[in-house]
Amino acid sequence: MKIHEYQAKALFSEFGIPIPKGAIASTPAEAKSIAAELGGKVAIKAQVYAGGRGKAGGIKVANAPEEAEKLAGQILGTRLVTHQTTPEGVPVSKVLVEKAVGVQRELYLSIIVDTASRMPVMIASEAGGMDIEEVARLSPKKILKVYIDPTAGFQAFQGRKLAYGMNLSSAQVRPATSLMASLYQLFQAKDCSLAEINPLVVTTDGEIMALDAKLNFDDNALFHHGDIEQLQDVEQEDPIEVKANELGVKNYIKMDGNIGCMVNGAGLAMAVMDLITQAGGRPANFLDIGTVNNTERVIAAFKVFTTDPSVKAILVNIFGGIARVDVIAQGIVEVHQQMDIRLPLVVRLAGTNVDEGKSILAQSKIKFIEATNFYDAARKAVAAAKGEKN
Amino acid sequence: MSILIDKKTRLLVQGITGGEGSFHTQRCIEYGTRVVAGVTPGKGGSETLGVPVFNTVEEAVEKTGADASLIFVPASFAADAILEAADSGIPLVVCITEGIPILDMVTVHNYLKDKSTRLIGPNCPGLISPGKCKAGLMAGEIHLPGNVGVVSRSGTLTYETVAQLTSLGIGQSTCVGIGGDPMPGSTFVDILELFQKDKDTRAVVLVGEIGGTAEQEAAKFIKEKMTKPVVAFVAGATAPPGRRMGHAGAIISGSSGRAQDKIAALAAAGATIAPNPAEIGTTVKKVLETNS
Repeated sequence: MKIHEYQAKALFSEFGIPIPKGAIASTPAEAKSIAAELGGKVAIKAQVYAGGRGKAGGIKVANAPEEAEKLAGQILGTRLVTHQTTPEGVPVSKVLVEKAVGVQRELYLSIIVDTASRMPVMIASEAGGMDIEEVARLSPKKILKVYIDPTAGFQAFQGRKLAYGMNLSSAQVRPATSLMASLYQLFQAKDCSLAEINPLVVTTDGEIMALDAKLNFDDNALFHHGDIEQLQDVEQEDPIEVKANELGVKNYIKMDGNIGCMVNGAGLAMAVMDLITQAGGRPANFLDIGTVNNTERVIAAFKVFTTDPSVKAILVNIFGGIARVDVIAQGIVEVHQQMDIRLPLVVRLAGTNVDEGKSILAQSKIKFIEATNFYDAARKAVAAAKGEKN
Repeated sequence: MSILIDKKTRLLVQGITGGEGSFHTQRCIEYGTRVVAGVTPGKGGSETLGVPVFNTVEEAVEKTGADASLIFVPASFAADAILEAADSGIPLVVCITEGIPILDMVTVHNYLKDKSTRLIGPNCPGLISPGKCKAGLMAGEIHLPGNVGVVSRSGTLTYETVAQLTSLGIGQSTCVGIGGDPMPGSTFVDILELFQKDKDTRAVVLVGEIGGTAEQEAAKFIKEKMTKPVVAFVAGATAPPGRRMGHAGAIISGSSGRAQDKIAALAAAGATIAPNPAEIGTTVKKVLETNS
């Protein structure tokens, strides 16, 4: 799960990580009064769940409160398109207004769990302000890493190693180390999957400060963190994904094609998308329906398909293991009784209780195209979405 | 022969009295697995499905000589269950549970480092040595005893693969679902190593997916150590970057974890790549014919 920069900075503050002074504004007038209170030059930063804001015009600098009001007005209420968003972009309904800081150096600091060593790793670089993958590619020597033993926790010597490695002055090493320790505390306490400061700056006054803040959280650990879960801004998510989530359809990801897919299992769902593409079509979504023990989830999934105007055909591919094929078939019948669904439907069933499932569908009056295998299903769905007869 | 489990395996089920736990235990017993004990704290002394239930794993091991454990406990208690099994010295622990927080798994791996316990999963369908023993969720009847090893990050895609093999008359030695989490207890390399040593495994099918570098590490192992043919498929060539595709581990971050890079690495290492997921079985058939 993602949160906004201003929310991440609030958590930084709570854990003692220095950040610039600032406040959040939803209107140009609010931006003006915050700027007046801060005094002097301010930065106005669009709050969106996407990187690349600077280049996309989502970060502006104002010299006076009136200018802050004007610039905030240019950003608020628009949709920001960055290299990380869709061409439609994401809505900007809040801007962070911050006191501008004089920057002497731009550094990089982050923590993730390194799956190879199975430990958290802290990554630092003196080449801050740019994409860290780019740094890794162009100058790998500038990337420093320390692995954090989960029982011992983050140690001061590791902080010194990174701080001296980034060529910080002796006076800056102690505050930098303390900032790193705080970031690790936050990472642990809130079950983050990523904690990133890019750039971490040395100000013209020699202070170390987090100019930006990015926190992602482990979805599997959210049950521990109700406070984090409620920070989610659904405006930033795809509206059909939000709708799917409301209907209780988990593991749904909107794609750009026109074949609605309902599959059990993540690997199988990805494989179905691959096959559709190979057969010359495009999936409208990824959906792992999971283990289905009642018909509700099937009904909800069909409701999502009918909500999505781009869906021109539905492909159901189920290989029953834990999921029972007869229950899925029953769900398909029930949803057709509840709603008038005219989309062509291609069904491929296999595995646990497949015969029962097939006879439920056969006895219903539902029109559907039966597929004998995986590839046949993809091919028939692609043809159906194009309006061809099978 | 087979790897990890066979007719001698004495299976313990942690969470045996839960809905999923009891449903699948029943089916494992029907398949012929020797389920010797169950553990559910608070239900010790009772019996379920003809199996004695204990309060602790330690007691269950002491009284029944269980040497493998299958875990069905909910995500918030699963790390504890794995540690309890390892603490009792069980050599093989298979954790089915999905949704364990990654920092819990960091603790688990750190604990397992100095133990001899091998963990399969979490977030996996378990494993089966057809005709001998089933410790997992897979439908037993789609399998056929034989000489092809299967190792996969995905549950249902494994079923799909197995069904294709069986319909072509190609049997399996052992099928291992290593799970869809970013830090599985056993990796592709761990399982490939076992298949390479197993006398009765002639070839291996590896089913990978986007995210992480497990397939690249497998490629390195295949190139340097494997003499048996490997057929590979990697799911998610059409997955968008930055999105978690159902499995916690199935995510492309930046330029890392893409299917095409994994496929290229496996192909360069000498694995035969199945052109699409519907042709895994026929690809294995061709490979077996050329290598016979």
